[in-house]
Amino acid sequence: MTSLDRIGSANPLITVLTLIGLGTLRLLGNFGALAIFFFMAFINIFRRKQLREIVNQVFYIGARSALVVMLVGLFTGMVLGLQLFYTLVKFGAVGALGSAVSLSLVREMGPVLTAIMITARAGSGMAAEIGILRISEQVDALYTMRVDPVRYLISPRIAAAIISFPLLTAFFDLIGIIGGYLTGVLLLGTNGGTYVYRVHSSLNMVDVRGGFIKALVFAAIVSCICCFQGYFCHMRTDGYGAKAVGLATVSAVVLSCVMILISDYVLTSFLM
Amino acid sequence: MDTPLIEFRNVTKRFGDKTVLDKVNLKIYENQITTIIGKSGTGKSVLLKHIIGLLTPDEGAILFQGKPVATMKKREWEDYRSRVAYLFQNNALLDSMTVFDNVAFPLRRTTNLSKKEIEKRVVKRTRDLELTEAVEKYPSELSGGMQKRVALARALVADPKIVLFDEPTTGQDPIRKNMILSMIVHYRRKFGFTAVLISHDIPDVFFISDRIVILWEGAVGFEGTYEEAVRLKLPMIDEFLRSLEGFQDELTGLLSREAFRVHYAAMLGGSAGIPTASAALFSVEFDLLDETLGPQAAVEVLRALGEYANRRFKPVGGFSARHRRDQILTIFPHASPDKVRQLVADFARELNQWALARIQNIAQTKMGAEACPEIHVSAGITEVSSTDGIDQIIEKAEAKQEIVATHEGGSGGSA
Repeated sequence: MTSLDRIGSANPLITVLTLIGLGTLRLLGNFGALAIFFFMAFINIFRRKQLREIVNQVFYIGARSALVVMLVGLFTGMVLGLQLFYTLVKFGAVGALGSAVSLSLVREMGPVLTAIMITARAGSGMAAEIGILRISEQVDALYTMRVDPVRYLISPRIAAAIISFPLLTAFFDLIGIIGGYLTGVLLLGTNGGTYVYRVHSSLNMVDVRGGFIKALVFAAIVSCICCFQGYFCHMRTDGYGAKAVGLATVSAVVLSCVMILISDYVLTSFLM
Repeated sequence: MDTPLIEFRNVTKRFGDKTVLDKVNLKIYENQITTIIGKSGTGKSVLLKHIIGLLTPDEGAILFQGKPVATMKKREWEDYRSRVAYLFQNNALLDSMTVFDNVAFPLRRTTNLSKKEIEKRVVKRTRDLELTEAVEKYPSELSGGMQKRVALARALVADPKIVLFDEPTTGQDPIRKNMILSMIVHYRRKFGFTAVLISHDIPDVFFISDRIVILWEGAVGFEGTYEEAVRLKLPMIDEFLRSLEGFQDELTGLLSREAFRVHYAAMLGGSAGIPTASAALFSVEFDLLDETLGPQAAVEVLRALGEYANRRFKPVGGFSARHRRDQILTIFPHASPDKVRQLVADFARELNQWALARIQNIAQTKMGAEACPEIHVSAGITEVSSTDGIDQIIEKAEAKQEIVATHEGGSGGSA
């Protein structure tokens, strides 16, 4: 008998309240499971024989995502330069273009868009790869060989994400500022020296640090959600086998993106 | 009997509302091959997964050498697990790694052995399992049988004391099934482990098993030797075994043991006194073949023996079945022992001409014709009286067995 069957005969108000209660409990349960999963994976980062796997994953998550992140960074900076130029012109403040582009990128757009791009490129891959290992019993095989699957599969990915996200965010910011220069200075004719001076003078260490803190938090969120979805794809009730892997990958990407935006808001309100 | 190596005491396992294992009591003894059979969904794999710790019981206890595994300290538990290896039904090889890396994986991750020592052990195991040429390949580039051997190599590389085989022969053809079973026997003898396997390949699996366990509706329906199971004739279990065995032996094309019994009973009932009936018991040195030429040659010889026996003796009314892995019994309802002797002599000539030539081919490929050992096929001929049971006939014929065909290495056979 399902929970819904059990509450089916009660009056409508109780039914609604019970459904909310059950949903909340399930949500809390999932958060709890995710937190334990992250904790277990995190403490195993520092165990023996992990370095090689971490380096492999840094290559996969970091190096292989670099090109796409830089490309997105370049065009984001160019669009920002274009949009802000026409807005600032109305107020006679074109000179502030460098400040506006750099602050937008370093504080907000850099960490968020980098995280979303890595989620799309590497996060989906993580969820699918671990999901396939799970449904083909390779995760169980690891266990039977006395290899802790969380330690072998999850910890290196979380470590690699924590290393890669801030680095890629830095790349994104830098290329984005160059993109703003391309449109603002080379295309629309703003003074180049003013642009560089404004970037230099308006960016403080607090802004850079805030961006990196966000990148670190997003790294933990994205890697943990993607690995969690793949690792437990066999327990899904909405699909089995290959379908479960597909659904897990979709959930991983959607949940990661939503959580990136929610946590961005929370972090921003603390960092401001 | 000694303390069991592994014991299940009232083990119950539920998945949601469904009880898969219901108060299971089971004993697995050291250095034996224990086979678990049962209908689909009766919890065979679930039972096996409890042994390695992939699942834990909801109720009851699992004991290792008399000690409950649930109360073991971390170090004891790790020590216990280091002794157990698991061979998955679908092999579960790490598909992004080569064969070499797959076999080396448990040593790299769980031991402090040097790179050189790990390489030495992996090379040895892959050589033992005839995988030398496949070490650089990926699992997807290998045949099903080779993948099975890689999984076995990986399971055995850390020298486990207990190996759990989850349906190792499923989806294989009759020759490959027998090869895999022979491989299990061969390596069990060579490396000295305790084997627990799930299989439906009757009778082949019974020929290699010391004990069988029949799971019936979540509980142990029978535990003992195959002979005991047949003798007890528990109605449902008997019917289940018969349904698995069928009428024909898949490997040789001969009758199944059950069909043979029915034929024999009909023969006794049909002709009062059966004054002229005789029997011949053929056997081949399966273990020697297995040891020297490998399981493929051994199984091929057995198959050829059955094929030729069927072809030769069926037209004269003879019916045959395998009664041990390497033993075929043929009953001739209307032939005297002298007549049977003549038939066997002709059969031996044909066997030498064709069947044993196959061994030579395999020997030439594998180890050079000169190195092929002398191989004998023996036959024992006896009269059958109406009071004889099948076991008695085998006993009488066994006592009279003599060599009827010999394969002499590179020089071919003689009858």
